[in-house]
Amino acid sequence: MKRYTREQMATRVAQDIPEGAYVNLGIGLPTMVANFLPKEREIFLHSENGLLGMGPAPAAGHEDPDLINAGKQPVTLLPGGAYFHHADSFAMMRGGHLDFCVLGAFQVSVTGDLANWHTGAPDAIPAVGGAMDLAIGAKNVYVMMEHLTKSGESKIVAECSYPVTGLRCVTRIYTDLAVIDVRPEGLQVIEIVDGLPFDELQRLTGVPLAPPA
Amino acid sequence: MIDKTVPTSAAAVAGIHDGATVMIGGFGTAGMPSELIDALIAQGARDLTIVNNNAGNGETGLAALLKAKRVRKIICSFPRQVDSQVFDGLYRSGDIELELVPQGNLAERIRAAGAGIGAFFTPTGYGTQLAAGKETRVIDGRNYVLEYPIRADYALIKAECGDRWGNLVYRKTARNFGPIMASAAATTIAQVRKVVPLGSLDPENIVTPGIFVRRVVAIDLADRTARPQAEA
Repeated sequence: MKRYTREQMATRVAQDIPEGAYVNLGIGLPTMVANFLPKEREIFLHSENGLLGMGPAPAAGHEDPDLINAGKQPVTLLPGGAYFHHADSFAMMRGGHLDFCVLGAFQVSVTGDLANWHTGAPDAIPAVGGAMDLAIGAKNVYVMMEHLTKSGESKIVAECSYPVTGLRCVTRIYTDLAVIDVRPEGLQVIEIVDGLPFDELQRLTGVPLAPPA
Repeated sequence: MIDKTVPTSAAAVAGIHDGATVMIGGFGTAGMPSELIDALIAQGARDLTIVNNNAGNGETGLAALLKAKRVRKIICSFPRQVDSQVFDGLYRSGDIELELVPQGNLAERIRAAGAGIGAFFTPTGYGTQLAAGKETRVIDGRNYVLEYPIRADYALIKAECGDRWGNLVYRKTARNFGPIMASAAATTIAQVRKVVPLGSLDPENIVTPGIFVRRVVAIDLADRTARPQAEA
């Protein structure tokens, strides 16, 4: 089966981020979106540890241990960027000031419930970070994830079986098979990877999907 | 004359008692006051409750404090990391208590303590395991969870420059929890790279006013040569 590559997924998300948007990119696959934002657009990247106007990784040898992103990787600050403390940073998130956040996920439900912080395994050490603040705080919550688990089960589900991060918060899902909007009336497919019939996508996904217009 | 500077990190952490709640600044190692933590280990206080975003990295700083078995409980948002082996071991053996708090709730609970707020309703965490058993309320059609402040007996933070009145400025993303922890502890202790003369910090740019700071100790580290020449 043909699938979008990680680069294609990141490119596709990047296309949907408009000029002037304030954006937080989660750790992992979402971080890749930064590399594919159209150069002609001015987009403000926020990192919850306390910076706005985040730039790319520094050149080798120019890393600064005091200038890192939420994934604790060295980054740079663009001209016009700003530093702030944690309460201000989370005010930006919780207070609805971010236009977009892009997060990874274990599962998304048909109503937009998000599960991405904990597998729920009894021996797992839980860690949550800023996931719950982003989930309920950003105006648009985009999820990037593989459509299916390694054993072939849909990660888009009727109800999350993993512990939830936030309720009714996801607005759009980008997978390696499709782009799907979460709407009050249900899941609306926007795009499908070339060569995959809608009926096959529906069969793999299990929960009801509306075909692309 | 008021002079909040102290000569050594040992003098800075004097008086921290067994059973104290101690906030420690930093996000990972950025802003972590490692020399104050080392002094706290040497000082010997135990049975501590620690408030930090993480639960230690590698074997130094907060991880070393955990490894020395001085910490009864940690309140944090993101303990599990690739290099959190010290915490992981203590947690799995039941030798440390964990209160896991969403990061923004952690920040706001600290801020609330410093600002004299009795409690607050936040949308973060509603409907999740981390809000289980907590009071909730619908306000203007939205669901909120009641969260209480986190206060501390001491805060150990790291800043770039300070003066003898305790005014502080920070450096880049090392600022993180410093300003809010400074306000939330009964006694705030700041390690700074440099103590500067009173009046030399631009009053428009002082981030933590000295009212929130009790002790300042200068610890200049020689190992910061990797600093970029220009940030543009």
